[in-house]
Amino acid sequence: MAYGETPSQTVGPYFAYGLTAGQYGYDFSDIVTPTVAGSDAKGEHIRITGTVFDGENNRVNDAMIEIWQADADGVYSEKPVDVADTGFRGLGRCGTGTDANNRFWFDTIKPGVVEDAQAPFVNVIVFMRGMLVHAFTRFYFDDEAELNAKDAVLQSVPADRRNSLVAKRIQTPTGIEYQIDIHMQGDAETVFFDV
Amino acid sequence: MSTFKPRDWGSHAPFIAPGYKSTVLRGPTRPALAIQSGLTEGTGPRFAPAAVRKLDHDLTKNGVTNGEPIGERIVVHGRVLDTDGRPQPNIVVEIWQANSAGRYVHKVDQHEAPLDPNFRGSGRCMTDANGNYKFYTIKPGAYPWGNHFNAWRPNHIHLSVFGPGFATRLVTQMYFPGDPLLELDPIFLETKDAAARERLISKFSIEKTEEGFALGYQFDIVLRGRNATPMEN
Repeated sequence: MAYGETPSQTVGPYFAYGLTAGQYGYDFSDIVTPTVAGSDAKGEHIRITGTVFDGENNRVNDAMIEIWQADADGVYSEKPVDVADTGFRGLGRCGTGTDANNRFWFDTIKPGVVEDAQAPFVNVIVFMRGMLVHAFTRFYFDDEAELNAKDAVLQSVPADRRNSLVAKRIQTPTGIEYQIDIHMQGDAETVFFDV
Repeated sequence: MSTFKPRDWGSHAPFIAPGYKSTVLRGPTRPALAIQSGLTEGTGPRFAPAAVRKLDHDLTKNGVTNGEPIGERIVVHGRVLDTDGRPQPNIVVEIWQANSAGRYVHKVDQHEAPLDPNFRGSGRCMTDANGNYKFYTIKPGAYPWGNHFNAWRPNHIHLSVFGPGFATRLVTQMYFPGDPLLELDPIFLETKDAAARERLISKFSIEKTEEGFALGYQFDIVLRGRNATPMEN
């Protein structure tokens, strides 16, 4: 290696007016929002929600979650991410400091299956004060049991921890919602990947 | 498309780094599971040049309400490259920081230091075809925090970089040369490798300093390189 990597440092508690300004009401433009797919995007429109818990099972109110996913055809977008785009954007970012219950949420579409995977999933990065290095995880979908059973990455996870990666489908008055919490520690600790 | 080399854990702090107390209840306790890198890890978001507006790269101007921000004006030059030395073009670099008094605009920051009505402290820029970026700002002040008795954060600027793939995502902090608080700061020190820590410290540059206007600093950002052979589908 010609050069060493720049070390990661924590996002800290004060990222909102730089990274999630619109969501938190600061006067600065956004380049990423919790909307991953606009209303014109092809596919089943869903909302993904969840809560981040620390090692004492307290809700984390200053985490930032990012997701990156394929479109309904299982293709990762090469089109620039644009917050004015009413179609598919592929990237989302949400802080946990504005919802009354400190949830994160993403308005998106259910992704298709990517060419080299077996089940649909969303890529996730977790950032927060108290993390010097961000953590990668994935969200799978509980109504895809058959495909999940064939997914090489999901099946490489010990069986008793697999559920930490699978979001639950719920019908709400406003549409389909998938719920999944992120547990940083404890018996229900989320599986994180060395990506 | 090719995939990215694994993260070099020797260049990063561990998830649980007790000197920085908040990590104790927030870092994962079990080892991250290694997975085969594929399409997912090799792709990542792109941004159009229009994502960066005219004043986004100038924090001395983009938060002005009735005058100039107070503090020492600086210009930060840098290059985004990978571990193989390849420059990374069209990469968005997001920036946020405290003002010259060590106070953040963020509502949660209650440090008893004044806000500056002419400084918000956030911005962004994009690398050019050669991987170079530049932004203007005010040198941030140090501020106290609750980690331990008499704990103070060294002067720093937060930087967020997407890089060419989701796997190369990086959030880091740029420090200033000669800051006596660095050797006391657990956030800095929990990166155990001294040579890696040096990469977090910008270099003063008289060549980049603008005569009569702003002191110049250089801060290069190095992301994971790509594997030599393209992935097999």
